[in-house]
Amino acid sequence: MPDMMKKIALSRSWQVFKTGVWNENPIFRQILGICSTLAITNLMVNTVVMSAGLIFVLACSNVTVSLLRNYTPRRIRMIVQTLIIAAYVIVVKILLDAYLPDVSEALGAYVGLIITNCIIMGRAEGFASSNPPWPSLVDGVACGIGYSIILIAITIPRELMGQGTLFHVQLLGEWWRPWTIMVMPPGAFFALALAVWIARRHAEPPAAEQQTGGPPQ
Amino acid sequence: MTAQMLIIFFSAIFTDNILLARFLGMCSFLAVSRQIKTAVGLGAAVTFVLACTSVLNWFVYHRLLVPFGLEYLRFIAFIIVIAAFVQFVEIVIERFSPVLYYALGIFLPLITVNCAILGVSLFMIIREMGAVMSFFYGAGSGVGWALAIIAMAGIREKMQKARIPKGLEGPGITLIIAGIMALAFLGLAGALTPPQ
Repeated sequence: MPDMMKKIALSRSWQVFKTGVWNENPIFRQILGICSTLAITNLMVNTVVMSAGLIFVLACSNVTVSLLRNYTPRRIRMIVQTLIIAAYVIVVKILLDAYLPDVSEALGAYVGLIITNCIIMGRAEGFASSNPPWPSLVDGVACGIGYSIILIAITIPRELMGQGTLFHVQLLGEWWRPWTIMVMPPGAFFALALAVWIARRHAEPPAAEQQTGGPPQ
Repeated sequence: MTAQMLIIFFSAIFTDNILLARFLGMCSFLAVSRQIKTAVGLGAAVTFVLACTSVLNWFVYHRLLVPFGLEYLRFIAFIIVIAAFVQFVEIVIERFSPVLYYALGIFLPLITVNCAILGVSLFMIIREMGAVMSFFYGAGSGVGWALAIIAMAGIREKMQKARIPKGLEGPGITLIIAGIMALAFLGLAGALTPPQ
């Protein structure tokens, strides 16, 4: 059994997975792609639906970009990647409209904004465009999960302290006076800042920690 | 009518700031808010592109997509319009004003992936605005975004001498400042009510 574990731990897929979830976690390491998602982190239901949509788009677009990587002229690859991503986002939007109309309405424009989420473009450009489909799929799912973990970590204190509920279930009793500020925009900034602070204090400092100040992509 | 446009414009700047209340355009906000000079350049470029693309996308949506029942294609259509417009502006500026090109040029490609641009177009559709109204909404959102990033750059320039806890350096402290700015802008809520 330990041999088996060792084998898994050494395999390339596992390395790619681990890198995506933790070592290169898009939010902590790179502070990317929080734009369009921070807004919906005030309710667990919204966050979970959004995360599922994001993982789906990230995985599918990574595989598609990877399959087409030898046929895409380099000069137009960015626009090709954007169109691939947009197509999958439309799929998500239609599915949400059909099966979860309430959540879809609550998320509003933010579902469409998955297209401009820097993480998806970043993975397509940085990983999928130079790797075969299978590692690209693993990378997409891993980055998506790493991303979702952070979103959920931000959402739990926001919904719990802001409304005393989680998934709309009342958890805190009458004695709890809701902190309205947590469900409003400033709460999201403070919660994310604290999460980044905690993560950076406990993580070993990677070599490339210094921000270059360059453009995000 | 004029009063309504002004209300749309100013509420997009203050009470419904695209960055501090809607979280759009955060990536470039965090990455390019180190110096006032670059912040002004990027802010101007974003304002210009926002004002133009919101009107362009209004026409694309209401005159092209709705008549053919193709509303679900709006994500792709908007992205193409934005990318094409930015490319076009880049070529025009390069041809006619090299000075402006060197000032704004490096920021233009960044703008295509700025979520604020696509976000404004999508909000404009959801809120069912008219063409003129969406122009004022786009321009106001751009000014609001520029205001936020320039203020942040000013604070960060001053902050270089401050001693910040280790883990908070960089993005952490920037987010906290953004939170405090959002609090300040929240104080203006209710001062202006945009017409529905």
